[in-house]
Amino acid sequence: MNFWNEGEPVVDQAAPDGPIETRWDRRKFSAKLVNPANRRKLSVIVVGTGLAGGSAAATLAEAGYKVRSYCYQDTPRRAHSIAAQGGINAAKNYRNDGDSIYRLFYDTVKGGDFRARESNVYRLAQVSVNIIDQCVAQGVPFAREYGGLLDNRSFGGTQVSRTFYARGQTGQQLLLGAYQAMERQIGLGNIEMFARHEMLELVIVDGKARGIVVRDMVTGEITIDLADAVVLASGGYGNVFFLSTNAMGCNVTATWRAHRKGALFANPCYTQIHPTCIPESGTHQSKLTLMSESLRNDGRVWVPKRGDDKRAPGDVPEDDRDYYLERIYPSFGNLVPRDIASRAAKNVCDEGRGVGPGGLGVYLDFADAISRLGRDAVEAKYGNLFEMYQRITGEDPYEVPMRIYPAVHYTMGGLWVDYDLQSTIPGLFVVGEANFSDHGANRLGASALMQGLADGYFVLPHTLANYLASGPYEKITPDHEDVVAARTQVEERVQKLLSINGDRTVDSFHRELGHIMWEYCGMERTEEGLTKAIGLIRGLREEFWSRVKVPGTGEQLNQNLEKAGRVADFLELGELMCIDALHRAESAGGHFRAESQTPDGEALRHDDQFSYVGAWEFGGTGQAPTLHKENLDFEYVHPSTRSYK
Amino acid sequence: MDIQVRVWRQSGPQDKGQMVTYDVKDISPDASFLEMLDVLNEKLILDGDDPVAFDHDCREGICGMCGMMINGVAHGPERATTTCQLHMRHFKDGDVIDVEPWRAAAFPVIKDLVVNRGAFDGIIQSGGFITAPTGTAPDAHATPVPKPDADAAFEAATCIACGACVAACPNGSSMLFTAAKVAHLGLLPQGQPERDSRVVDMLDAQDAAGFGGCTNMGECAEVCPKGIPLNLIGRLNADYRKAVGKRR
Repeated sequence: MNFWNEGEPVVDQAAPDGPIETRWDRRKFSAKLVNPANRRKLSVIVVGTGLAGGSAAATLAEAGYKVRSYCYQDTPRRAHSIAAQGGINAAKNYRNDGDSIYRLFYDTVKGGDFRARESNVYRLAQVSVNIIDQCVAQGVPFAREYGGLLDNRSFGGTQVSRTFYARGQTGQQLLLGAYQAMERQIGLGNIEMFARHEMLELVIVDGKARGIVVRDMVTGEITIDLADAVVLASGGYGNVFFLSTNAMGCNVTATWRAHRKGALFANPCYTQIHPTCIPESGTHQSKLTLMSESLRNDGRVWVPKRGDDKRAPGDVPEDDRDYYLERIYPSFGNLVPRDIASRAAKNVCDEGRGVGPGGLGVYLDFADAISRLGRDAVEAKYGNLFEMYQRITGEDPYEVPMRIYPAVHYTMGGLWVDYDLQSTIPGLFVVGEANFSDHGANRLGASALMQGLADGYFVLPHTLANYLASGPYEKITPDHEDVVAARTQVEERVQKLLSINGDRTVDSFHRELGHIMWEYCGMERTEEGLTKAIGLIRGLREEFWSRVKVPGTGEQLNQNLEKAGRVADFLELGELMCIDALHRAESAGGHFRAESQTPDGEALRHDDQFSYVGAWEFGGTGQAPTLHKENLDFEYVHPSTRSYK
Repeated sequence: MDIQVRVWRQSGPQDKGQMVTYDVKDISPDASFLEMLDVLNEKLILDGDDPVAFDHDCREGICGMCGMMINGVAHGPERATTTCQLHMRHFKDGDVIDVEPWRAAAFPVIKDLVVNRGAFDGIIQSGGFITAPTGTAPDAHATPVPKPDADAAFEAATCIACGACVAACPNGSSMLFTAAKVAHLGLLPQGQPERDSRVVDMLDAQDAAGFGGCTNMGECAEVCPKGIPLNLIGRLNADYRKAVGKRR
């Protein structure tokens, strides 16, 4: 059976060439500018108010454009960037430990298993230093040392300390910086904010993105918003797995609707499974909670050497413990990158050596750190994380080791964008986790916050201006036939969901989809499993559209209607993820194909066949999508076997 | 465990609303309070009833979206804990639990347990920021910040804007919320240029939004899931007096 077709290659037309150090400067210089007096005549819609969307909206408004921002939460300050714990990377070299822009670039390309674009990653490393300056100026209360200067910590996959942090809630503090800058612009009348609104369709007129169809989640009213350009900053799609560390409302609808309208979706199978999450406790579980990777600075990961060792952790003598990360990867130890730490945890659990209920857990032990540094020092560093763990599990991690297990955390894939962050639909820009651009097949810790803010504060404002400089675009009205068609599509879909009135809840479908994805498209994937998953998802999708029960009406706050629309899109995305994972018959970063591994079980890439971005064109629901390859050239960091041993 | 919940049901802003009792059976003590409501809602949907609307998102205690009065206490019986981080192990088999929305003049009910907290955004708009447009920043190390100031600013900045302080206050005042932001920015050197106008403008905005006045009852700090201390209100008042004094 033919699951996909192959089309023409896709080429990044905006990609600059020449020396990598000056590419971004040259792109900025060649980009067209908009006269300050003309900016207020140009309007931009920004969907999502996390680090990428919030920083983009604020910066565009400061520049003088008319911005309209949308979020599904009750206020822009709640976007899921808020939950990021550990930190944000920047090549400041404040530690004098050999860091540099080039090293951050190198680490990120390597960490992404040589599946990211060099130009984009280099730019990311360059602007990382500006981000920290900007955030400090806004009043972000980063951790400081006694001399009053900023503190740093280490994260996985690097051998320098370049991570800036604010206790265990760096995400919230950075987001408040962007949110406050946004609120200032709202107060000045430069941003119009629409909270509790959800984008349900993209409006394309004459081949250009010109607006969105939104539903007011309080009144149910469906309205049209038209502008000169649309920016999607709607985050990742990890919730396709049902259980993930994403917030309950995180969804793929904005990007999936754009994909259905022609935007290519790149590398959907690249998902990050985070190694340090609190294990599932039962069938009631609605989400999983991450414990920051920073814990691996001082915590030691282990399981008993023997699977039948059922003693309490404190009763297992040193000789009977297997500190498997330190054993297998002596040079990086407990700080190996996330994909490697997760798979190692899965391997020891598959061997029957897992701990806790169901054997799905490993210990993260702080006993050594507590005896070395003292309890107070450990509490100062990780106190709030320890409290959170205790609140959820009822166990005290100062006394007994934490139990952790990998969980879906981040999606490297997303809408395909060029160097200007523009998708294949002119006028549609995509920033932050919603695009695919900088992390390749695996994202390093503390790099998501960096990318979101880099895109929003420092990249998009220049590249979007270049697009807007050709505007204002032809004025269109809500009665334009393409606009009416988009709106009708949304109304019909809402009515359809409400009218099925079947016998299964939305959550029951979501949960079942999540099981399929985790089982066959999770930490380890096989041709057989993926093929099976595609069939299962198609069957489930059919069942959804005949048996789902959505209570209430469309003209009110209806949380099940919201969920139903999101799950319907996940049921299409899940299939594409499996097809992408099936076609990529190699292992790379977060994508591990059991058929492609080294004799000692490490991921085995096939650069001769797969050194490209897989960008998919929608082919119709249940129809074969078309693959467009963007070839990846490595001029600076030459692909090698990623080794952390 | 089996429990009973008495939940505030209100179909919309105009509806009068009432408490309705539901049995929830076979709940794991490891389930969170919101997961218990998920279980109730799944049953209500299949029974053809309207599920209970409630706000929630991250479910790890940081986004500030969830919040309800549980047995009359904002976020329930556990101190320094958001509703999503409250687990059923803190209740007993057979308990009857009252669940109501935040009640405050400035937080009108939208539906059931969902309220409109947009007034908080208005307070921030009026001055809860440092004016630092993108691109204008000096190097991050240009201005050292004494660690005690940085740490105190951080503590104040941990507010998640859940609204528990307002819900717990007999006056429906948002003073703790405003004070936390005034302290966060006012403790940092970067926040000094706007320190006077910030406190005055934010208090004006707070009054205009319909929040009540602060009479130092202290209920706010008792229920704050992030432990924002009451003394920040004193700090705000001192800042306010200084700022108004300069204006005269």
